[in-house]
Amino acid sequence: MSWLPALPAGRVREVLRAPAPGLAVPSVTVDPLDPDVVALAADLLATQLASPGCVGLAATQVGETGRLFSLDVTGHPRARTCHGRFVLVNPVLVSASRWEKGREGCLSVPDFTGDVKRATRLVVSGQVPGTGAAVTIETDAFEARAVQHEVDHLDGLLFLDRVAGAHALHPRRVYL
Amino acid sequence: MSHVSGGRLLVVTVVGHDRPGIIAEATGLLAELGANLEDSSMTILRGHFAMVLVASAEVTAEEAQRALDTLSDDTLSISVREVPHESVQAPVGPSYLLSVHGADRPGIVSTVTARISAVGGNVTDLTTRLADDLYVLVAEVDIPVAADIGALREGLADVARDLGVEVSLRAVATDDL
Ligand SMILES: [Zn+2]
Repeated sequence: MSWLPALPAGRVREVLRAPAPGLAVPSVTVDPLDPDVVALAADLLATQLASPGCVGLAATQVGETGRLFSLDVTGHPRARTCHGRFVLVNPVLVSASRWEKGREGCLSVPDFTGDVKRATRLVVSGQVPGTGAAVTIETDAFEARAVQHEVDHLDGLLFLDRVAGAHALHPRRVYL
Repeated sequence: MSHVSGGRLLVVTVVGHDRPGIIAEATGLLAELGANLEDSSMTILRGHFAMVLVASAEVTAEEAQRALDTLSDDTLSISVREVPHESVQAPVGPSYLLSVHGADRPGIVSTVTARISAVGGNVTDLTTRLADDLYVLVAEVDIPVAADIGALREGLADVARDLGVEVSLRAVATDDL
C-alpha cells in the first residue's frame, strides 16, 4: 500500500554522525502541508534510497528539527507487516506491546550495533506530507522496531540510550 | 555441578594478542590441574584478548602459573594469583542502566562514575568503546533504595552538560518468565 502522494524530486542530504550535537535535539511539530515539510519528506526518501541498507531516516539525522521520518522495510527478512515506502509527519506512538530484544544499527552510529528491547506490536498515528491526511498504522516485527527507532531520533535519542546492558553494545562486524 | 569446597580460589588473567584457541588451551590446562572454573568473563579490547577467570583448585597459584606459562609468550601474558573466598554481596538496591555517549575527551568515565559512587551506588558491569570520535559507555549500576534518584539524575545532567555528552539512567525491569 502507499498513501504517499506524488512528491517533488528529493535531494540526497548529508547524514549526521554521532557525536554530532544535532542528533540530541528533540523535534518540533510541523505543518504537513508546508512546502518545506513536503520537500524535506522527499529529501528523506531520496537520502534513504541512496544509503545502502538504510530502512528509515528521521529528519533529525539530516539536521532538521521537523517531526517526520521516512521508512521502507520492503523485502527485509525480519519484516512481517509492511506498509511499503512512506513518510509520517508528527508521529505519535499510540500503543506498544510484546517487547522483544533485537540487534539494531543506525546510519548515524556506523561503528556499533546494540541489543535493544522494542515493542513487536505497535500502533502509531501521524499525518501524510502533502495532503495532511491523518493515518494510523498498525504494525509488528521489524517495521514496528524501525518506527520506534525513528521516533526515538525525533525525540533526540539514539539506540545507544536504550541498549539492554553493558554487554549489549557491539562493534559493527565487517567481514573480509 | 561439583564444587571443590574449601580449596584455593585462584584468579587467572590472560591478556594479549588474540588468536583462535586461547580459551580452549588455557581452560584445558586448568582442567588437567583439577581446577574448577567458577565465574569468568572474556572480551576483545581494541583487538586484544582479555579474560579473567576464577577457579577453585587444590593446586597452588605457583603450580597453576607454571602450567599456564607454557602458553604465554611475548604476545600473551598470563598471571595467576590466589584470592580469599568472598561472600557474595547483596546488591545495595535496584539495578539501573547508565548510558553515556559523546565526543571523546579525558575524564568521562571517572566523572560519571564518581556521581554514582557519591550516592552509594555500585557499578556491577561496565563497557566502554571508542570508534572514531564517538565514545560510548554502558554500565549496570545498583543504586541504594534510600538514594535520591531525582537528585542523581540532575547531577548526571550537570556532568553531561559540562562534558558535552548525552547521559541516560534507566531502571532495569526484570521479566520473570
Ligand atoms: Zn538511526
